[in-house]
Amino acid sequence: MNRSTRNILCNILLLAVLTVILFLFEKYGSEYQIRILNNMAIFITLAVSYNLVNGYCGILHLGPNAFITIGAYTSALLTMSPAEKQMSFIIEPLIWPLSVIQVPFAVSLMAGGITATVFAFLISFPVFRVRGDYLAIVTLGFGEVIRVLCNAMQSLTNGPLGLKGLTPYTTLWWSWGVAVFTVVVITQLVNSSYGRAMKAIREDETAAKAMGVDPFRHLLLAFLISAFFSGVAGGLLAHLITTISPTLFTFFLTFNLLIIIVVGGLGSTSGAVIAAALFAWGGEALRVVESPMNFGLFTIPGIPGMRMVLFSIILMVVILFARRGIMGRSELSWDRFFAALRLQSKV
Amino acid sequence: MTIDIFMQQVINGISLGSLYALVAIGYTMVYGILRLINFAHGDLLMVAAYAAIYAVTLLSLPWQLSFPLVMVLTGLFGVLLDRVAYKPLRDAPRISLLISAIGASFLLENLAIVIIGGVPKGFPRPDVFAKVIDLWGLRIQVLTIYTPVLTLALLLGLLYIVHRTKVGKAMRAASKDFETTRLMGINLDRIIAVTFFLGSSLAAAGGIMWAMKYPQVNPFMGVIPGLKAFIAAVLGGIGNIVGAVVGGFVLGLGEILIVALFPQMAQYRDAFAFTVLILVLLFRPTGIMGEPITDKT
Repeated sequence: MNRSTRNILCNILLLAVLTVILFLFEKYGSEYQIRILNNMAIFITLAVSYNLVNGYCGILHLGPNAFITIGAYTSALLTMSPAEKQMSFIIEPLIWPLSVIQVPFAVSLMAGGITATVFAFLISFPVFRVRGDYLAIVTLGFGEVIRVLCNAMQSLTNGPLGLKGLTPYTTLWWSWGVAVFTVVVITQLVNSSYGRAMKAIREDETAAKAMGVDPFRHLLLAFLISAFFSGVAGGLLAHLITTISPTLFTFFLTFNLLIIIVVGGLGSTSGAVIAAALFAWGGEALRVVESPMNFGLFTIPGIPGMRMVLFSIILMVVILFARRGIMGRSELSWDRFFAALRLQSKV
Repeated sequence: MTIDIFMQQVINGISLGSLYALVAIGYTMVYGILRLINFAHGDLLMVAAYAAIYAVTLLSLPWQLSFPLVMVLTGLFGVLLDRVAYKPLRDAPRISLLISAIGASFLLENLAIVIIGGVPKGFPRPDVFAKVIDLWGLRIQVLTIYTPVLTLALLLGLLYIVHRTKVGKAMRAASKDFETTRLMGINLDRIIAVTFFLGSSLAAAGGIMWAMKYPQVNPFMGVIPGLKAFIAAVLGGIGNIVGAVVGGFVLGLGEILIVALFPQMAQYRDAFAFTVLILVLLFRPTGIMGEPITDKT
């Protein structure tokens, strides 16, 4: 059995194990556990696609929350029934074509992703004229502008009231299906010639240009793909929490994603997956520090906000002392796994 | 709109603009030397505002004493911030530095929530500033006049330090060429510390005046002014102190006048600054007074 067939078999095995786990949780897990698993899958999708731009292309893009917002709103508006829309839009009625359309969940997710991609394409021209810190601040500004627009354009987004009572379509199968699909697509892309060109741009843009790599085309490709998956994940998120409003997708969300990919290792898909899973689970586990603690002799009252302090400290410690994060730039792969096994058995 | 109301709005705009200018100076100075957007700079406004509240209420110091004290303390805090968050990363890629700055900003905001609480606090505004005077038929709060005057005074002091003293000379040299400055035997860490001290003290002045203008202090009060001040710095040409002040005034006036002239645009006010930023970067990436940017890394 040669290597590539072995790897394919192992991947299929892994997928099968994942399916069984999901099946068991769906059948016997509590609602809370299912919620965490759903969150985990959505964060994996978001982190892996965000990592494509920040990790592999090496540009600091701070606006994924904008694409998540766009995806969430598009998808939510498309799955609501016309009657629901009429009920929700109290202040100003929804504009015409959207007010009568209702499509299946899958179509709405695609539409969310595509709309996010279109927006990404529109802003890519000002964004990629600059690099480094300026790019960071322009994308951050785009996120802010989208938030302001969501608040102001009441006939499209229902303004600060947001959209309520969405049908909870997002199941474990949807969220994990999208997550697995994202990981597969991004891994294939990164290992292709496009991916190598992106890494070349990250290392030295001038040298890459001299070798005939067009930075704009490759960065644009990464940016659009990243925006697409962010949009789809936004749609999933909307139908998981069933209520969306402009305050839900602030810079806070981007900051969380940034922590995930930095801790996982900028430029490592497996790192992003591990860190996203840890984040979704750890975020819940750390609720302990916000609840009152009883040490027998004395009691510490719950401190709200402590979790975010811990997250900020983790981010700073990682970037200051362990700059490479969990995985650095390396990936988990079956080849390495079996090589490690072989070394073990020899000893 | 009558000419009176228009003049009133212009004065408001100048007042707001001078606040942006005070904060923008700190951004521009740090950027000039380290090529770093100090994301935590806006949060120094919040630190200063809280420090001023505690100095006035807990220590019951008179405001004439506590405000300068807060400026010095915030300056030292800025130096500490550099030591902890940026100094270990001097040789790291710029993206690490920027992530560290974002982390520092979130840490400050959330520490404030944990220690002080998220409920907004009122600011003990001295009565001197709250008075309303009649100026050629315009009714203006004294604070609105004091703000630009104080800004100009601080700016002149800063320009003196930067252009007439040895430290200032070293700062200018460092912003031109980091490595050569080091070769000339200048202690760069000291120069950077001085830069952070000056920038942070000015941000403290901005923070105190911001809190007097909008007397509600909360842990996130520095975020939006900080972002807009950064945009003001870009608008004026980043690295250029006078440019930052000009940019601040342009942005402040622009924001106020857009709302005054087109009231239906009021909802979009916060988007104005970012739209300006994108346009500036598209057509004049080095800003109004900027020199061509050389990438140091």
